[in-house]
Amino acid sequence: MNINEIRKDFKILADPAYVYFDNAATSQRPEQVLEAMDAFSRTMNANPLRGLYEWSIKATDAYEDARAKTAAFVGADDPSEIVFVRNATEALNLVAFSYGLEFLKEGDEILITVMEHHSNILPWQMVCRKTGAVLKFIEPKEDGTITEEMLKEAVTEKTKLIGMGLVSNVLGVRNPVEKAAELVHKNGGVIVVDGAQSAPHMKTDVKAYGADFFSFSGHKMLGPMGIGGLYARHDLLEKMPPFLSGGEMIEYVKRDSATYAEVPHKFEAGTVNASGAVGLAAAIEYLENIGFDAIEEQEKKVTKIVYEGLKSLPHVHVYGNPDPEKHSGIVTFNIDGCHPHDISSVLDTEHIAIRAGHHCAQPLMEFMQEKLSMEFRATARASMYFYNTEEEAERFVEAVSKVRGWLGF
Amino acid sequence: MELKNLYREIVNEHNLHPVHKGDIEDPDMILNGVNPSCGDDIYLQLKFDENGNVSEGSFNGSGCAISQASADMMLDLIIGLPKEEALEKAEIFMGMVRGTVDEEKIEELDEAASLADIAHMPARVKCATLGWKTMQRMLRDGENEKK
Repeated sequence: MNINEIRKDFKILADPAYVYFDNAATSQRPEQVLEAMDAFSRTMNANPLRGLYEWSIKATDAYEDARAKTAAFVGADDPSEIVFVRNATEALNLVAFSYGLEFLKEGDEILITVMEHHSNILPWQMVCRKTGAVLKFIEPKEDGTITEEMLKEAVTEKTKLIGMGLVSNVLGVRNPVEKAAELVHKNGGVIVVDGAQSAPHMKTDVKAYGADFFSFSGHKMLGPMGIGGLYARHDLLEKMPPFLSGGEMIEYVKRDSATYAEVPHKFEAGTVNASGAVGLAAAIEYLENIGFDAIEEQEKKVTKIVYEGLKSLPHVHVYGNPDPEKHSGIVTFNIDGCHPHDISSVLDTEHIAIRAGHHCAQPLMEFMQEKLSMEFRATARASMYFYNTEEEAERFVEAVSKVRGWLGF
Repeated sequence: MELKNLYREIVNEHNLHPVHKGDIEDPDMILNGVNPSCGDDIYLQLKFDENGNVSEGSFNGSGCAISQASADMMLDLIIGLPKEEALEKAEIFMGMVRGTVDEEKIEELDEAASLADIAHMPARVKCATLGWKTMQRMLRDGENEKK
Protein backbone atom coordinates (compact mmCIF):
# COMPACT_ATOMS: atom_id res chain seq x y z
CA MET A 1 0.00 0.00 0.00
CA ASN A 2 1.46 3.33 -1.05
CA ILE A 3 0.14 5.82 1.48
CA ASN A 4 1.07 8.86 -0.60
CA GLU A 5 -0.85 7.55 -3.60
CA ILE A 6 -3.83 6.71 -1.41
CA ARG A 7 -3.94 10.17 0.13
CA LYS A 8 -4.24 11.69 -3.33
CA ASP A 9 -7.69 10.08 -3.55
CA PHE A 10 -8.82 12.14 -0.55
CA LYS A 11 -8.79 15.80 -1.53
CA ILE A 12 -9.75 16.93 1.95
CA LEU A 13 -6.46 15.49 3.25
CA ALA A 14 -4.37 17.47 0.75
CA ASP A 15 -3.45 20.25 3.19
CA PRO A 16 -0.71 18.80 5.41
CA ALA A 17 -1.53 21.35 8.12
CA TYR A 18 -4.56 19.31 9.13
CA VAL A 19 -4.54 16.02 11.04
CA TYR A 20 -7.87 14.22 11.02
CA PHE A 21 -8.01 11.74 13.89
CA ASP A 22 -11.78 11.54 14.33
CA ASN A 23 -12.41 8.64 12.00
CA ALA A 24 -14.48 6.69 14.49
CA ALA A 25 -17.02 9.52 14.22
CA THR A 26 -16.96 9.68 10.44
CA SER A 27 -14.41 8.86 7.76
CA GLN A 28 -13.36 10.87 4.71
CA ARG A 29 -14.51 10.04 1.19
CA PRO A 30 -12.24 9.25 -1.74
CA GLU A 31 -12.81 10.70 -5.20
CA GLN A 32 -14.02 7.30 -6.40
CA VAL A 33 -17.00 7.46 -4.04
CA LEU A 34 -17.83 11.05 -4.96
CA GLU A 35 -17.54 10.27 -8.67
CA ALA A 36 -19.76 7.22 -8.44
CA MET A 37 -22.48 9.22 -6.71
CA ASP A 38 -22.07 12.06 -9.14
CA ALA A 39 -22.34 9.68 -12.10
CA PHE A 40 -25.57 8.27 -10.70
CA SER A 41 -27.08 11.75 -10.48
CA ARG A 42 -25.75 12.84 -13.86
CA THR A 43 -26.61 9.78 -15.93
CA MET A 44 -29.40 7.69 -14.43
CA ASN A 45 -31.24 9.56 -11.72
CA ALA A 46 -34.81 8.31 -11.54
CA ASN A 47 -36.89 6.65 -8.85
CA PRO A 48 -35.63 3.06 -8.64
CA LEU A 49 -37.89 0.00 -8.39
CA ARG A 50 -40.83 1.77 -10.03
CA GLY A 51 -40.33 3.33 -13.41
CA LEU A 52 -40.75 1.32 -16.58
CA TYR A 53 -38.26 3.34 -18.58
CA GLU A 54 -34.54 3.32 -19.22
CA TRP A 55 -33.27 5.63 -16.49
CA SER A 56 -35.34 4.04 -13.77
CA ILE A 57 -34.20 0.60 -14.88
CA LYS A 58 -30.57 1.73 -14.74
CA ALA A 59 -31.15 3.30 -11.31
CA THR A 60 -32.74 0.07 -10.10
CA ASP A 61 -29.82 -1.96 -11.40
CA ALA A 62 -27.31 0.34 -9.72
CA TYR A 63 -29.22 0.15 -6.43
CA GLU A 64 -29.54 -3.63 -6.52
CA ASP A 65 -25.90 -4.05 -7.60
CA ALA A 66 -24.97 -2.04 -4.54
CA ARG A 67 -27.04 -4.42 -2.43
CA ALA A 68 -25.28 -7.46 -3.92
CA LYS A 69 -21.88 -5.89 -3.33
CA THR A 70 -22.82 -5.05 0.26
CA ALA A 71 -24.08 -8.59 0.88
CA ALA A 72 -20.81 -10.06 -0.37
CA PHE A 73 -18.87 -7.53 1.72
CA VAL A 74 -20.44 -8.73 4.98
CA GLY A 75 -20.37 -12.40 3.99
CA ALA A 76 -24.14 -12.86 3.57
CA ASP A 77 -25.55 -15.73 1.49
CA ASP A 78 -27.98 -13.65 -0.46
CA PRO A 79 -28.49 -9.96 -1.36
CA SER A 80 -32.02 -10.11 0.03
CA GLU A 81 -30.47 -10.34 3.49
CA ILE A 82 -29.33 -6.71 3.22
CA VAL A 83 -31.78 -3.94 4.11
CA PHE A 84 -30.54 -0.46 3.25
CA VAL A 85 -31.14 2.02 6.05
CA ARG A 86 -29.83 5.48 6.94
CA ASN A 87 -27.17 4.31 9.39
CA ALA A 88 -26.40 1.76 12.10
CA THR A 89 -28.74 3.57 14.48
CA GLU A 90 -31.66 3.04 12.13
CA ALA A 91 -30.64 -0.59 11.59
CA LEU A 92 -30.71 -1.23 15.34
CA ASN A 93 -34.03 0.56 15.72
CA LEU A 94 -35.47 -1.53 12.90
CA VAL A 95 -34.51 -4.73 14.75
CA ALA A 96 -35.88 -3.40 18.05
CA PHE A 97 -39.20 -2.13 16.70
CA SER A 98 -39.80 -5.04 14.34
CA TYR A 99 -38.18 -8.13 15.87
CA GLY A 100 -38.00 -6.95 19.48
CA LEU A 101 -41.60 -5.82 19.92
CA GLU A 102 -42.95 -8.83 18.02
CA PHE A 103 -40.95 -11.67 19.52
CA LEU A 104 -39.83 -10.67 23.00
CA LYS A 105 -42.13 -10.97 25.96
CA GLU A 106 -42.40 -10.32 29.67
CA GLY A 107 -39.64 -11.99 31.67
CA ASP A 108 -37.28 -12.42 28.71
CA GLU A 109 -33.85 -10.94 29.18
CA ILE A 110 -31.97 -8.69 26.79
CA LEU A 111 -28.24 -8.69 27.48
CA ILE A 112 -25.97 -5.91 26.25
CA THR A 113 -22.52 -4.71 27.28
CA VAL A 114 -21.96 -1.56 29.30
CA MET A 115 -19.67 -0.31 26.51
CA GLU A 116 -22.42 -0.11 23.88
CA HIS A 117 -23.05 3.04 21.90
CA HIS A 118 -26.33 4.68 22.91
CA SER A 119 -27.81 3.44 19.63
CA ASN A 120 -27.43 -0.12 20.93
CA ILE A 121 -28.90 0.76 24.35
CA LEU A 122 -31.92 3.01 23.88
CA PRO A 123 -33.81 0.77 21.42
CA TRP A 124 -33.57 -2.10 23.91
CA GLN A 125 -34.74 0.12 26.78
CA MET A 126 -37.78 0.85 24.60
CA VAL A 127 -38.40 -2.85 23.92
CA CYS A 128 -38.19 -3.59 27.64
CA ARG A 129 -40.63 -0.83 28.53
CA LYS A 130 -43.16 -2.06 26.00
CA THR A 131 -42.82 -5.83 26.43
CA GLY A 132 -41.83 -6.27 30.07
CA ALA A 133 -38.53 -7.85 29.08
CA VAL A 134 -35.58 -7.04 31.34
CA LEU A 135 -32.41 -5.24 30.22
CA LYS A 136 -29.17 -6.60 31.68
CA PHE A 137 -25.63 -5.36 31.32
CA ILE A 138 -22.35 -7.19 31.17
CA GLU A 139 -19.37 -5.22 32.49
CA PRO A 140 -15.91 -5.73 31.01
CA LYS A 141 -12.65 -5.93 32.90
CA GLU A 142 -10.83 -2.64 33.46
CA ASP A 143 -8.98 -2.97 30.15
CA GLY A 144 -12.24 -3.56 28.30
CA THR A 145 -11.96 -7.33 27.92
CA ILE A 146 -15.01 -9.58 28.15
CA THR A 147 -14.06 -13.21 28.69
CA GLU A 148 -15.93 -16.38 27.88
CA GLU A 149 -16.44 -17.01 31.60
CA MET A 150 -17.96 -13.56 32.08
CA LEU A 151 -20.36 -14.27 29.21
CA LYS A 152 -21.35 -17.65 30.57
CA GLU A 153 -22.13 -16.06 33.89
CA ALA A 154 -24.22 -13.29 32.33
CA VAL A 155 -26.28 -15.37 29.93
CA THR A 156 -29.20 -17.12 31.64
CA GLU A 157 -31.82 -19.37 30.12
CA LYS A 158 -34.05 -16.30 29.89
CA THR A 159 -31.59 -14.42 27.66
CA LYS A 160 -33.41 -14.11 24.35
CA LEU A 161 -31.46 -11.31 22.71
CA ILE A 162 -27.87 -10.16 22.98
CA GLY A 163 -26.82 -6.77 21.64
CA MET A 164 -23.08 -6.36 21.26
CA GLY A 165 -20.81 -4.02 19.38
CA LEU A 166 -18.12 -6.03 17.63
CA VAL A 167 -15.68 -3.18 18.31
CA SER A 168 -16.18 -0.57 21.04
CA ASN A 169 -16.17 3.01 19.76
CA VAL A 170 -14.37 4.12 22.93
CA LEU A 171 -11.89 1.36 23.76
CA GLY A 172 -11.44 -0.18 20.32
CA VAL A 173 -11.60 -3.61 21.89
CA ARG A 174 -13.09 -6.49 19.87
CA ASN A 175 -15.82 -8.33 21.73
CA PRO A 176 -16.31 -12.13 21.71
CA VAL A 177 -19.49 -12.11 19.63
CA GLU A 178 -18.95 -15.70 18.43
CA LYS A 179 -19.16 -17.03 21.98
CA ALA A 180 -22.13 -14.81 22.77
CA ALA A 181 -23.91 -16.06 19.63
CA GLU A 182 -23.36 -19.66 20.64
CA LEU A 183 -24.79 -19.08 24.11
CA VAL A 184 -27.89 -17.15 23.03
CA HIS A 185 -28.65 -19.59 20.22
CA LYS A 186 -28.87 -22.39 22.79
CA ASN A 187 -31.84 -20.45 24.21
CA GLY A 188 -33.45 -20.04 20.82
CA GLY A 189 -32.54 -16.35 21.00
CA VAL A 190 -30.74 -14.01 18.62
CA ILE A 191 -27.64 -11.84 18.64
CA VAL A 192 -27.53 -8.35 17.20
CA VAL A 193 -23.96 -7.46 16.33
CA ASP A 194 -23.29 -3.75 15.85
CA GLY A 195 -20.51 -3.48 13.31
CA ALA A 196 -20.42 0.31 12.99
CA GLN A 197 -16.84 0.41 14.33
CA SER A 198 -15.62 -2.91 12.95
CA ALA A 199 -16.75 -2.86 9.33
CA PRO A 200 -14.35 -0.03 8.35
CA HIS A 201 -11.32 -1.77 9.84
CA MET A 202 -11.56 -5.55 9.49
CA LYS A 203 -13.02 -8.15 7.22
CA THR A 204 -16.66 -8.72 8.10
CA ASP A 205 -18.02 -12.26 8.19
CA VAL A 206 -21.52 -12.44 9.61
CA LYS A 207 -21.52 -16.23 9.27
CA ALA A 208 -18.33 -16.67 11.27
CA TYR A 209 -19.72 -14.34 13.96
CA GLY A 210 -22.94 -16.33 14.14
CA ALA A 211 -24.72 -12.99 13.81
CA ASP A 212 -28.48 -12.99 13.28
CA PHE A 213 -28.38 -9.26 12.71
CA PHE A 214 -25.43 -6.99 11.85
CA SER A 215 -25.64 -3.20 11.61
CA PHE A 216 -23.22 -0.75 10.03
CA SER A 217 -22.96 2.83 8.73
CA GLY A 218 -21.64 3.78 5.31
CA HIS A 219 -20.14 7.08 6.42
CA LYS A 220 -17.66 5.44 8.80
CA MET A 221 -16.23 3.34 5.95
CA LEU A 222 -15.57 5.96 3.23
CA GLY A 223 -19.20 6.14 2.10
CA PRO A 224 -21.61 9.06 2.30
CA MET A 225 -23.74 9.97 5.31
CA GLY A 226 -27.33 8.76 5.14
CA ILE A 227 -26.74 5.19 3.96
CA GLY A 228 -26.09 2.16 6.08
CA GLY A 229 -27.01 -1.48 6.17
CA LEU A 230 -28.70 -4.11 8.22
CA TYR A 231 -27.79 -7.70 7.54
CA ALA A 232 -30.46 -10.07 8.83
CA ARG A 233 -30.98 -13.77 8.36
CA HIS A 234 -33.50 -14.33 5.61
CA ASP A 235 -35.86 -16.45 7.71
CA LEU A 236 -35.98 -13.72 10.35
CA LEU A 237 -36.76 -11.00 7.82
CA GLU A 238 -39.56 -13.18 6.43
CA LYS A 239 -41.35 -13.40 9.76
CA MET A 240 -40.68 -9.87 10.99
CA PRO A 241 -43.35 -7.18 10.51
CA PRO A 242 -42.43 -3.99 8.62
CA PHE A 243 -40.76 -1.21 10.61
CA LEU A 244 -41.98 1.71 8.48
CA SER A 245 -44.81 1.48 6.00
CA GLY A 246 -45.92 3.34 2.92
CA GLY A 247 -44.70 3.40 -0.65
CA GLU A 248 -42.42 0.85 -2.29
CA MET A 249 -42.89 -1.76 0.42
CA ILE A 250 -46.30 -3.12 -0.66
CA GLU A 251 -47.84 -5.70 -2.94
CA TYR A 252 -51.53 -4.87 -2.81
CA VAL A 253 -53.20 -2.05 -0.93
CA LYS A 254 -56.91 -1.94 -0.26
CA ARG A 255 -58.82 0.64 1.71
CA ASP A 256 -58.38 -1.17 5.00
CA SER A 257 -55.53 -3.58 4.49
CA ALA A 258 -52.36 -4.30 2.55
CA THR A 259 -49.95 -7.07 1.71
CA TYR A 260 -46.26 -6.41 1.73
CA ALA A 261 -43.54 -6.57 -0.85
CA GLU A 262 -41.02 -9.37 -0.61
CA VAL A 263 -37.92 -9.22 1.58
CA PRO A 264 -35.95 -6.94 1.76
CA HIS A 265 -38.24 -4.36 0.10
CA LYS A 266 -40.77 -4.87 2.87
CA PHE A 267 -38.32 -2.93 5.08
CA GLU A 268 -37.51 -0.12 2.67
CA ALA A 269 -40.54 2.12 2.74
CA GLY A 270 -40.50 5.28 0.66
CA THR A 271 -38.08 6.37 -2.04
CA VAL A 272 -34.71 4.85 -1.29
CA ASN A 273 -31.31 6.54 -1.02
CA ALA A 274 -30.05 5.12 -4.30
CA SER A 275 -27.12 7.48 -4.84
CA GLY A 276 -26.07 6.79 -1.26
CA ALA A 277 -26.15 3.06 -1.91
CA VAL A 278 -24.09 3.59 -5.06
CA GLY A 279 -21.58 5.59 -2.98
CA LEU A 280 -21.46 2.83 -0.40
CA ALA A 281 -20.78 0.26 -3.11
CA ALA A 282 -17.92 2.40 -4.43
CA ALA A 283 -16.54 2.65 -0.90
CA ILE A 284 -16.68 -1.12 -0.51
CA GLU A 285 -14.88 -1.52 -3.82
CA TYR A 286 -12.23 0.94 -2.68
CA LEU A 287 -11.67 -0.91 0.61
CA GLU A 288 -11.54 -4.28 -1.14
CA ASN A 289 -9.02 -3.00 -3.67
CA ILE A 290 -6.66 -2.03 -0.86
CA GLY A 291 -7.53 -5.10 1.16
CA PHE A 292 -8.07 -5.39 4.89
CA ASP A 293 -4.62 -6.88 5.47
CA ALA A 294 -3.00 -3.70 4.18
CA ILE A 295 -5.56 -1.53 5.96
CA GLU A 296 -4.91 -3.19 9.30
CA GLU A 297 -1.16 -3.08 8.83
CA GLN A 298 -1.14 0.69 8.27
CA GLU A 299 -3.58 1.32 11.12
CA LYS A 300 -1.48 -0.75 13.49
CA LYS A 301 1.68 1.18 12.63
CA VAL A 302 0.02 4.52 13.26
CA THR A 303 -1.90 3.36 16.33
CA LYS A 304 1.26 1.97 17.91
CA ILE A 305 2.99 5.35 17.63
CA VAL A 306 0.00 7.14 19.14
CA TYR A 307 -0.54 4.57 21.90
CA GLU A 308 3.08 4.24 22.95
CA GLY A 309 3.73 7.95 22.52
CA LEU A 310 0.85 8.91 24.80
CA LYS A 311 1.78 6.18 27.31
CA SER A 312 5.24 7.68 27.64
CA LEU A 313 3.94 11.16 28.50
CA PRO A 314 3.64 12.19 32.15
CA HIS A 315 0.09 13.02 33.34
CA VAL A 316 -1.49 11.18 30.39
CA HIS A 317 -3.73 8.16 31.02
CA VAL A 318 -4.44 5.81 28.14
CA TYR A 319 -7.36 3.40 28.44
CA GLY A 320 -8.10 -0.05 27.09
CA ASN A 321 -5.99 -3.05 26.19
CA PRO A 322 -2.22 -2.76 26.84
CA ASP A 323 -1.62 -4.13 23.34
CA PRO A 324 -2.06 -1.31 20.79
CA GLU A 325 -2.81 -3.92 18.10
CA LYS A 326 -6.08 -4.59 19.91
CA HIS A 327 -7.38 -1.03 19.55
CA SER A 328 -8.83 -1.01 16.03
CA GLY A 329 -7.22 2.38 15.48
CA ILE A 330 -8.82 3.93 18.59
CA VAL A 331 -6.79 5.47 21.43
CA THR A 332 -8.81 6.96 24.29
CA PHE A 333 -7.04 9.04 26.91
CA ASN A 334 -7.17 11.75 29.54
CA ILE A 335 -4.70 14.30 30.84
CA ASP A 336 -4.50 15.20 34.54
CA GLY A 337 -6.38 18.40 35.30
CA CYS A 338 -7.55 18.90 31.73
CA HIS A 339 -11.15 18.46 30.69
CA PRO A 340 -11.36 16.54 27.38
CA HIS A 341 -13.25 19.43 25.76
CA ASP A 342 -10.40 21.79 26.58
CA ILE A 343 -7.92 19.24 25.22
CA SER A 344 -9.83 19.02 21.95
CA SER A 345 -10.23 22.79 21.71
CA VAL A 346 -6.52 23.54 22.10
CA LEU A 347 -5.56 20.71 19.72
CA ASP A 348 -7.92 22.29 17.21
CA THR A 349 -5.76 25.41 17.28
CA GLU A 350 -3.01 23.09 15.95
CA HIS A 351 -5.47 21.83 13.29
CA ILE A 352 -5.71 18.45 14.95
CA ALA A 353 -9.20 16.97 15.01
CA ILE A 354 -10.10 14.49 17.74
CA ARG A 355 -13.29 13.68 19.61
CA ALA A 356 -13.87 14.61 23.24
CA GLY A 357 -16.75 13.92 25.55
CA HIS A 358 -18.86 10.87 26.31
CA HIS A 359 -18.75 9.37 22.79
CA CYS A 360 -22.45 8.44 22.96
CA ALA A 361 -21.47 5.87 25.57
CA GLN A 362 -22.44 7.44 28.90
CA PRO A 363 -22.87 4.14 30.78
CA LEU A 364 -19.28 3.25 29.83
CA MET A 365 -18.04 6.69 30.97
CA GLU A 366 -19.77 6.18 34.31
CA PHE A 367 -18.23 2.70 34.59
CA MET A 368 -14.75 4.01 33.72
CA GLN A 369 -15.04 6.93 36.10
CA GLU A 370 -15.85 4.53 38.93
CA LYS A 371 -13.34 1.80 38.09
CA LEU A 372 -10.47 3.94 36.87
CA SER A 373 -11.03 7.03 39.04
CA MET A 374 -11.33 9.32 36.04
CA GLU A 375 -11.40 12.98 36.97
CA PHE A 376 -14.20 13.80 34.53
CA ARG A 377 -16.96 11.62 33.14
CA ALA A 378 -15.53 12.05 29.67
CA THR A 379 -12.43 11.21 27.64
CA ALA A 380 -10.49 12.41 24.64
CA ARG A 381 -10.28 9.99 21.72
CA ALA A 382 -7.96 9.81 18.74
CA SER A 383 -9.20 7.45 16.05
CA MET A 384 -7.08 6.62 13.05
CA TYR A 385 -7.77 5.14 9.64
CA PHE A 386 -5.55 3.63 6.95
CA TYR A 387 -4.97 6.99 5.27
CA ASN A 388 -3.35 8.44 8.37
CA THR A 389 0.43 8.54 8.45
CA GLU A 390 3.16 7.88 10.96
CA GLU A 391 4.21 11.55 10.66
CA GLU A 392 0.69 12.60 11.67
CA ALA A 393 0.89 10.25 14.66
CA GLU A 394 4.18 11.80 15.75
CA ARG A 395 2.84 15.31 15.34
CA PHE A 396 -0.19 14.38 17.39
CA VAL A 397 1.86 12.96 20.26
CA GLU A 398 4.06 16.06 20.22
CA ALA A 399 0.98 18.31 20.42
CA VAL A 400 -0.55 16.29 23.27
CA SER A 401 2.69 16.66 25.20
CA LYS A 402 2.11 20.43 25.18
CA VAL A 403 -1.54 20.46 26.18
CA ARG A 404 -0.98 20.81 29.91
CA GLY A 405 1.28 23.78 29.25
CA TRP A 406 -1.33 25.42 27.07
CA LEU A 407 -3.90 24.92 29.81
CA GLY A 408 -1.76 26.69 32.38
CA PHE A 409 -0.02 23.85 34.23
CA MET B 1 -8.33 36.34 20.29
CA GLU B 2 -6.73 33.06 19.28
CA LEU B 3 -8.05 30.36 21.54
CA LYS B 4 -4.69 29.37 22.99
CA ASN B 5 -4.08 33.00 23.97
CA LEU B 6 -7.53 33.24 25.50
CA TYR B 7 -6.70 30.25 27.68
CA ARG B 8 -3.26 31.60 28.53
CA GLU B 9 -4.27 35.16 29.30
CA ILE B 10 -7.62 34.69 31.00
CA VAL B 11 -9.23 31.27 31.23
CA ASN B 12 -6.39 29.29 32.81
CA GLU B 13 -5.99 31.70 35.72
CA HIS B 14 -9.70 31.59 36.60
CA ASN B 15 -9.81 27.82 36.11
CA LEU B 16 -6.72 26.90 38.09
CA HIS B 17 -6.92 29.64 40.72
CA PRO B 18 -10.57 30.62 40.95
CA VAL B 19 -11.41 33.38 43.40
CA HIS B 20 -14.97 32.30 44.02
CA LYS B 21 -14.73 28.52 44.08
CA GLY B 22 -15.83 26.88 47.31
CA ASP B 23 -18.68 27.34 49.75
CA ILE B 24 -20.04 30.48 51.38
CA GLU B 25 -21.48 30.49 54.83
CA ASP B 26 -25.25 30.16 55.04
CA PRO B 27 -26.18 31.04 51.42
CA ASP B 28 -29.72 32.19 50.65
CA MET B 29 -29.89 30.28 47.39
CA ILE B 30 -28.18 27.18 46.01
CA LEU B 31 -28.73 25.75 42.54
CA ASN B 32 -27.19 22.95 40.51
CA GLY B 33 -26.45 23.58 36.85
CA VAL B 34 -25.36 20.80 34.51
CA ASN B 35 -24.38 20.22 30.92
CA PRO B 36 -25.14 16.53 30.56
CA SER B 37 -23.33 16.32 27.24
CA CYS B 38 -20.06 17.64 28.72
CA GLY B 39 -20.28 16.51 32.30
CA ASP B 40 -20.00 20.13 33.49
CA ASP B 41 -21.66 20.21 36.86
CA ILE B 42 -21.69 23.23 39.17
CA TYR B 43 -23.45 24.41 42.31
CA LEU B 44 -23.96 28.13 42.44
CA GLN B 45 -24.44 29.71 45.88
CA LEU B 46 -25.66 33.26 46.44
CA LYS B 47 -26.31 35.44 49.47
CA PHE B 48 -28.14 38.78 49.52
CA ASP B 49 -28.03 41.81 51.76
CA GLU B 50 -31.08 43.64 53.15
CA ASN B 51 -31.40 45.70 49.95
CA GLY B 52 -31.52 42.63 47.74
CA ASN B 53 -28.01 43.08 46.41
CA VAL B 54 -25.82 40.04 45.82
CA SER B 55 -23.52 40.27 48.83
CA GLU B 56 -21.65 36.99 48.47
CA GLY B 57 -21.39 34.25 45.91
CA SER B 58 -19.47 31.12 45.08
CA PHE B 59 -19.53 28.03 42.89
CA ASN B 60 -18.54 24.43 43.39
CA GLY B 61 -18.31 21.42 41.16
CA SER B 62 -16.34 20.34 38.15
CA GLY B 63 -16.21 20.93 34.46
CA CYS B 64 -14.08 22.20 31.64
CA ALA B 65 -11.87 25.26 32.02
CA ILE B 66 -14.29 27.48 30.12
CA SER B 67 -17.28 26.58 32.30
CA GLN B 68 -15.28 27.10 35.47
CA ALA B 69 -13.59 30.32 34.38
CA SER B 70 -16.83 31.78 33.09
CA ALA B 71 -18.59 31.12 36.40
CA ASP B 72 -15.70 32.68 38.30
CA MET B 73 -15.71 35.79 36.09
CA MET B 74 -19.47 36.05 36.44
CA LEU B 75 -19.23 36.12 40.22
CA ASP B 76 -16.49 38.76 40.00
CA LEU B 77 -18.95 40.87 38.09
CA ILE B 78 -22.21 40.38 39.96
CA ILE B 79 -21.15 40.42 43.60
CA GLY B 80 -22.33 43.78 44.93
CA LEU B 81 -24.99 44.28 42.26
CA PRO B 82 -28.76 44.39 42.75
CA LYS B 83 -30.52 41.28 41.41
CA GLU B 84 -31.94 43.19 38.43
CA GLU B 85 -28.51 44.38 37.35
CA ALA B 86 -27.03 40.92 37.73
CA LEU B 87 -29.78 39.64 35.45
CA GLU B 88 -29.05 42.41 32.95
CA LYS B 89 -25.42 41.29 32.83
CA ALA B 90 -26.60 37.74 32.16
CA GLU B 91 -28.76 39.01 29.30
CA ILE B 92 -25.77 40.79 27.80
CA PHE B 93 -23.62 37.69 28.17
CA MET B 94 -26.21 35.51 26.43
CA GLY B 95 -26.54 38.12 23.69
CA MET B 96 -22.76 38.21 23.32
CA VAL B 97 -22.40 34.48 22.68
CA ARG B 98 -25.36 34.58 20.30
CA GLY B 99 -23.78 37.52 18.53
CA THR B 100 -26.81 39.78 19.02
CA VAL B 101 -25.41 42.63 21.16
CA ASP B 102 -22.96 45.34 20.17
CA GLU B 103 -19.41 45.92 21.39
CA GLU B 104 -20.38 48.77 23.70
CA LYS B 105 -22.79 46.55 25.64
CA ILE B 106 -20.25 43.75 25.76
CA GLU B 107 -17.78 46.04 27.53
CA GLU B 108 -20.16 46.12 30.49
CA LEU B 109 -19.15 42.52 31.15
CA ASP B 110 -15.57 43.51 32.06
CA GLU B 111 -13.35 40.44 31.90
CA ALA B 112 -16.18 38.10 30.90
CA ALA B 113 -16.27 40.02 27.62
CA SER B 114 -13.13 38.11 26.66
CA LEU B 115 -15.31 35.06 26.04
CA ALA B 116 -16.96 36.78 23.06
CA ASP B 117 -15.18 34.55 20.57
CA ILE B 118 -16.84 31.51 22.10
CA ALA B 119 -19.77 32.49 19.91
CA HIS B 120 -17.85 31.01 16.98
CA MET B 121 -17.48 27.67 18.71
CA PRO B 122 -20.97 26.22 18.99
CA ALA B 123 -19.75 23.23 20.97
CA ARG B 124 -18.36 25.48 23.70
CA VAL B 125 -21.22 27.95 24.07
CA LYS B 126 -22.93 25.69 26.61
CA CYS B 127 -19.76 25.59 28.70
CA ALA B 128 -19.45 29.37 28.77
CA THR B 129 -23.10 29.98 29.61
CA LEU B 130 -23.56 27.35 32.34
CA GLY B 131 -22.94 29.64 35.31
CA TRP B 132 -24.96 32.49 33.79
CA LYS B 133 -27.93 30.29 32.99
CA THR B 134 -27.87 28.89 36.49
CA MET B 135 -27.89 32.43 37.89
CA GLN B 136 -30.84 33.34 35.63
CA ARG B 137 -32.76 30.34 36.90
CA MET B 138 -32.14 31.52 40.47
CA LEU B 139 -32.76 35.25 40.18
CA ARG B 140 -35.35 35.33 37.41
CA ASP B 141 -37.23 32.06 37.97
CA GLY B 142 -36.70 31.77 41.72
CA GLU B 143 -35.33 28.23 41.56
CA ASN B 144 -33.65 27.31 44.84
CA GLU B 145 -32.42 23.98 46.16
CA LYS B 146 -31.56 25.31 49.59
CA LYS B 147 -33.28 23.17 52.19
